[in-house]
Amino acid sequence: MSAQISSQLLNVACGLFLLTAVGVLWRRQVSALITLLTVQGVALAAIAVILAEQHRSAEAATIAIGVGLLKAVVIPWMLRRVHQQLPDARETRPLVNVSTSLLAAAGLTLLAYSAARPLVALAPTASAKATPVGIAVILIGFFLAATRQRAISQIIGLLLVDNGIAAVAFLATGGVPLIVELGVSVDLALAVLVLQILTSHLHTAFGPTDLDELRELHD
Amino acid sequence: MTTTTFALYAPAAAPFFAALLALVLPWRPAAWAGMLAALSILASGVVLAVWVSADGALSAGPLRADALTVWMLLVIGAVAAIAAAATISYLRHETTTATRRATRRYLVLAQLFVACMSLAVLANNLGLLWVAVEATTIVTAFLVGHKRDRPSIEAAWKYVVLCSVGIAIAFLGTVCVYAASVAAGGHGITALDWTHLTATASSLNPDLIRLAAGLILLGFGTKAGLAPMHSWLPDAHSQAPAPVSALMSGVLLSVAMYAILRYRTITDTAIGPGYTRTLLLIAGLASLAVAAVLLIAQRDYKRLLAYSSIEHMGLVALGVAIGTKLAIAAALLHILGHGLAKAAAFAGAGQILRLTGSSHIDAIRGLTARAPALAGTYGIGVIALLGLPPFSLFASELGLARAGVTAGYGWAIAAAFTLILLAFIAIARHTTAMILGAPVPNPSPQSMTPDRVTTVMPLILALAVTAAIGITLGPLHHVLDAATAIAGGR
Repeated sequence: MSAQISSQLLNVACGLFLLTAVGVLWRRQVSALITLLTVQGVALAAIAVILAEQHRSAEAATIAIGVGLLKAVVIPWMLRRVHQQLPDARETRPLVNVSTSLLAAAGLTLLAYSAARPLVALAPTASAKATPVGIAVILIGFFLAATRQRAISQIIGLLLVDNGIAAVAFLATGGVPLIVELGVSVDLALAVLVLQILTSHLHTAFGPTDLDELRELHD
Repeated sequence: MTTTTFALYAPAAAPFFAALLALVLPWRPAAWAGMLAALSILASGVVLAVWVSADGALSAGPLRADALTVWMLLVIGAVAAIAAAATISYLRHETTTATRRATRRYLVLAQLFVACMSLAVLANNLGLLWVAVEATTIVTAFLVGHKRDRPSIEAAWKYVVLCSVGIAIAFLGTVCVYAASVAAGGHGITALDWTHLTATASSLNPDLIRLAAGLILLGFGTKAGLAPMHSWLPDAHSQAPAPVSALMSGVLLSVAMYAILRYRTITDTAIGPGYTRTLLLIAGLASLAVAAVLLIAQRDYKRLLAYSSIEHMGLVALGVAIGTKLAIAAALLHILGHGLAKAAAFAGAGQILRLTGSSHIDAIRGLTARAPALAGTYGIGVIALLGLPPFSLFASELGLARAGVTAGYGWAIAAAFTLILLAFIAIARHTTAMILGAPVPNPSPQSMTPDRVTTVMPLILALAVTAAIGITLGPLHHVLDAATAIAGGR
C-alpha cells in the first residue's frame, strides 16, 4: 500500500471515529447508540490496523485485532444484553437538548485541538496530527456521561472516553505495549461487566427510574 | 525459583491463592487463609526490608521492590491483617442471614482486592501499576454493593462510574508519559518502566510531561479521594462491609497516593516541582476544607470516618506538595499511622453497627454502658485519628507542620491546622456523644450480641502498634529514611 493511500485511509478512519461520537449525542434511541458505538469500534480497529501496517509491526497488528474484537464485538454484545434486560429504557433522557449538545460537541472539538498541541508538536507525523480527534471523543464522552439520565448512557459515555484514550494511544505512540494493552482491555471488559450487573441491580432496587432517583446517600 | 523472586511474588500471590481457596473451602478456613495471606505480605515486607537495606533495590520480571515499595507493603500487610480479623468476626454474625454464595463472593473478592494492591506497589512498569489500580475498582464494586439494598447499590454505581472515569484520565496521563518516553528514545514495554523513566526524565518533553502530570494528579487523585474529586468516597466507604471499608480507607487511598509519589519523582526532574506542588497544595487544602465542613453536621458515624479519611489524605497531599525530606517522611509515616488507626476504627464501627443496628450517631448513646470493651477500643481508635499523643499520627502531623514552616509554607500550614482543629472538634463532639452520653432507653433487639473482648483484641493490638510507632520507629527508621529518599525528599 502506498504511503499516500494509507494516510488517506487513516484520515477517513479518524473522521468516522469522530463522526460516530457526534452521532451518539444526536440520536436518542439506545439501540442506535449501541450501533454507533460498534461502528466506532470498527473505526478504532481500522486506525490500529493502518498504523500497524505503516510501522510493519506484528505486535501492533495483534493489538489491533484484539482491540477490534473487544470494541466492535464483545462490548456491543454486552450492551445489547443490558438493553434487552431493561425494555423500558429505550430512549435516553438528555438534560441538554440535542442541538445544544451538538454545539457543545463543536466547542469541545476546538478545545481538544488546543489541548493536544504538546502531543502534536512532539512528532509532526500524519498520525500524530490526528490525535486531537481522540481527545475530542474523550471530551464528548465526558459530556455525554454528565448530561444523560439513564444508567446505560453513562456506560456509553465511559466507553466513548475509553475509545478516545485508545485512539490517542494509537495515534500518538503507535499503541501502548502489548502487556499493558492486554491489562487495559481486560480491565475494561470487566468494568463493563460489573456495570452491566449493577444496572440490573439498580433496576431491581430502584425500578425503571432515572439516575436522578439516586438520592439515598447525601449529607 | 530464587528466594528473591519468591519474596517479590509472594505479596500478590498469597492473597490470590487465598482467593482460590475461598472458592472451594467453607467460610471459616477461607477467612483464616485470608489472615495467613495478610501475614505473608507482612513477612515478605520484613524480609524485603532487610534485603533492600543491603542492596538498594530488587527486581524479578515485571516486579521490583525498593524501600518505598517495602513501606507500602508493610502498610498493606498490617491493614489486611486487621481487616482479616474483622472479617472473621463479621462473617460469624453475617452467615446466619446472608446466603453462602454471597459469603463466598465476599471472601474471594476481598482477597483479590488485597492481591491487586500488592501488585500495584510492586509493579515497576507504570502501565502495570495503572492496570492494578483499575482492577481494585472492579473487584471492590460488588464489595461496596454487598448488602444489595438501595443505598449500597447506589454507592456501588457512583463508585464504579466516578472512579472509572477518574482512572481513565490517569490512563491518558500514562499514554502521554509513554509518548514522551518513546520520543526520547524509549522502546516497547521498558519505555514505561519507572527505573527507565527516572533515569531519562531530564530528556523528556516538558510540555507533554506537564500535560501528563495534570492528568495523573486528576486521575489518581480521584482514587485517593482528594477534593474536589472525592464525592464517591463517603458513599462507598460507608456502605461497604466494615472490613472492606477498613481496607479501602486504610490502604487503597494510600496506594493511589503512592502512584502520585512515583510519578512525581519523574515530573520533578522533567519540569521542576512547582507545577505539581501548586496542584497538590490546592487539592490538599480543598480536601481538608471539605472534610472539616461536612464533619460538623455529620449524622452517620461511618460517614464520619470516611470524611476523616479525606481529611488525612489532604494532609498527606500537603506533605507531598511541600516535598522536603521531613515533609515526605511525615507523609509516609502518616500513611502508616492512618492506615492502622482507620482500619481499627472502621472495624470497631462495624461491630457497633452490628450491636445496635443503626449507623446514626443519634441512635448510639452511652455505648460504654452496653459494651465497655468495644466503646473503649473505638474511642481510643478515634483519639489516635484525632492526632493525639502517643499515637504516630501526632508525630507525623507535628513533623508536617515543622516541615511546612521551615520550607516557607507557613500560610498553608496555618490554614490546614485551622481546618484540622475544626475537624477535631466535630469528631470529638460526635464520638463523645456516642460513647458517653445518656444511654438510649430502649435498646434495639440486636443488642443481644455479647460484648466479647476477643473480637476487639486485634483492634487493641493495632492501636498499640500505632502508639508504639509514635514513640519510636525502631528498625522501621531505616526503611522510612530510604523510602523518603526514593520519593524525592530533599
